[in-house]
Amino acid sequence: MSDTKIIRDGVIVADDWVLLPTGYDAAFPSGKLIVPLNIFVSRQAELTARTECTGVWMEGHDDLTPISNLIEGLPLIAIHFPKFTDGRGYSTAVLLRTRYSFKGELRATGEVLRDQLFYLRRVGFNAFAVRADKDIVDALKALTDFSESYQASTDQPAPLFRRRATHAPGSAA
Amino acid sequence: MYKYDSIDQQIVDERVAQFRGQTERFISGELGEDEFRPLRLQNGLYIQKHAPMLRVAIPYGQLSSTQVRMLAHIARKYDRGYGHFTTRQNIQFNWPKLKRVPDILADLATVEMHAIQTSGNCIRNTTSDQFAGVAHDELIDPRPYAELIRQWSTFHPEFAYLPRKFKIAVNGAIEDRAGTLFHDIGIHTVNDVAGNVAFRILVGGGLGRTPILGHVVREALPKQHLFTYLDAILRVYNRFGRRDNMYKARIKILVKELGLEKFRAEVDAEWAHLKDGPATLTQAEIDRVAAYFVDPDYAVLPTIDAGFERHLVDHKAFARWVERNVFGHKKSGYAAVTLSLKKTGVAPGDATDAQLDAVADLADEFSYGEIRVSHEQNLILADVKKRDLFAVWQRAKTIGFATPNIGLLTDIIACPGGDFCSLANAKSIPVAEAIQRRFDDLDYLFDIGDIAINISGCMNACGHHHVGHIGILGVDKHGAEFYQVTIGGSQGLQAALGKVIGPAFAQDEMADVVEKLIKTYVALRHEDEHFLDTAKRVGMEPFKASVYDKKAGRREAEVAHV
Repeated sequence: MSDTKIIRDGVIVADDWVLLPTGYDAAFPSGKLIVPLNIFVSRQAELTARTECTGVWMEGHDDLTPISNLIEGLPLIAIHFPKFTDGRGYSTAVLLRTRYSFKGELRATGEVLRDQLFYLRRVGFNAFAVRADKDIVDALKALTDFSESYQASTDQPAPLFRRRATHAPGSAA
Repeated sequence: MYKYDSIDQQIVDERVAQFRGQTERFISGELGEDEFRPLRLQNGLYIQKHAPMLRVAIPYGQLSSTQVRMLAHIARKYDRGYGHFTTRQNIQFNWPKLKRVPDILADLATVEMHAIQTSGNCIRNTTSDQFAGVAHDELIDPRPYAELIRQWSTFHPEFAYLPRKFKIAVNGAIEDRAGTLFHDIGIHTVNDVAGNVAFRILVGGGLGRTPILGHVVREALPKQHLFTYLDAILRVYNRFGRRDNMYKARIKILVKELGLEKFRAEVDAEWAHLKDGPATLTQAEIDRVAAYFVDPDYAVLPTIDAGFERHLVDHKAFARWVERNVFGHKKSGYAAVTLSLKKTGVAPGDATDAQLDAVADLADEFSYGEIRVSHEQNLILADVKKRDLFAVWQRAKTIGFATPNIGLLTDIIACPGGDFCSLANAKSIPVAEAIQRRFDDLDYLFDIGDIAINISGCMNACGHHHVGHIGILGVDKHGAEFYQVTIGGSQGLQAALGKVIGPAFAQDEMADVVEKLIKTYVALRHEDEHFLDTAKRVGMEPFKASVYDKKAGRREAEVAHV
């Protein structure tokens, strides 16, 4: 187990997964692995034979169809953010949670910074590998930036308007 | 107008706290410039030539007198005593200090205002018709739907980091006063065949570097599907819009590259999963929001007011102001008044703190305490009794907002330009002023009639130059400021993009150029023929001849040597 810390389900914990880089072509080490998408597909038989857990990581714009049948059973999917301003991973997360019924750990990696955490959690991420040069304790605070939101989302499937007690105009607090 | 409940207020208050923290972390160096930039932009804060610029949201252009007084207070306390109303119904402050911006936001929050998503690559402030709810030609009041969209788009977690900015406009009248054809999404509130409220959805319009008119992607979307359908469009755009080139990143380029049919198929495929899901609007929510937009307690008045009619006869100047600045109201005995922020010598759209306070007073006395902002950068009192028009005119004169020029040549639409904006290639304000000074004869202005002149300081087209009857675009030619001229553009239902007449001009030539174009029009027009119709009938040549007049070759040579 590494001494890298991540945020998982709102708590800072030691990361018990090892993320393999792109182009990894050696034998798989023991332990829980997060494998790049193309290797996950091309060495699927090898991975299936392992007894330990295997997750997959991808870019926000990667096509999910090659693994669509496997997604529901995966323990972990990581989405890599090359830049925090690349918002494609947010839609991918929504699709994983809603369209593919993914229930495992959904982890944000790459340029993961404090001020993106609130939205990332709303679209379905429950784990955050905060960029190494940033203070993870500080980043954790972002998860409570807002106590209410308008839209339906993974963390709150009912939009505010379905939950809001209706006020008559003029009686609003 | 809409009033926040405790939850709306809490969200805005929490935003103030969040942005205060972000600003403090930036000032302390904890947050780098590249990390802070998208955060401050999503809060309307630019770093400009002289100081930061803060753009405050005015959702669909609606303000209460309390809010207008707060804008005056902010101009006085944190700025240099004035603000600038924009072509998207917002207001900008040009001189705030970065460290005071959280305090400004805290003050704004006390009157249910904010700067959320007024810039950045996210869903921007939703705009609408400045006469929504009172227009004589309105089919369905668009304001409840604009407010619903405001709430849906506020902090939408999936669409905060889009390929590029995203603008939505909603129109509910026969005439399109919201520029819906030039928005990323334009929405028309319509009745479907059964008489129910539905939406015609247009997508992929926009100005900027690649001006394109929007296309109808859905003809009559039943109202309960508004959010799920918007989610589907935005998801397709967020996933497939180009991110490799910021000039090709707007949704209009995606629609163009896919083709409308393919784009529609992608949206429909996505929507099939979302339709009838939890984000489906409920009638209870539509009713809750619509209840804030019911008519005020109008008096029962005759259509004709004798005093008003007498003043029209007695005061030619008043009659002129009524002709240009008063708009037909749906309610008998009432009118909507446009206060002109286009007085010669003042930057178009600028208002001082004292003027704002005076407008708030006028609204309280004569118009149910409400004010609207138009995308033409003027202010509107929407519910004035005809019998009060003379008093409103006299009061408006004392604050400098009674110039009788709405829709006339001097009602120029202009961005802040090179005087303030760091994106600009050229200045806008001095060009507007030179043109206004040249056309200082009111009789001539009235004779010329409706002319829209739009000035943008760069290709970003904040002055909407493509849709000006005469459009002026600041361009950079080897480091010098030049101006390219288009004619034939228009907004509204007959929207069209102007065509470039030829090589660009120097700043000091612009008043001459506009004067020659107008003289050509006046000489060639048939009786009561609008500029656009004359331009269409006679073509570009007479206009070109008037401004280039054998000089064209020389001018090209000059430009080449600049």
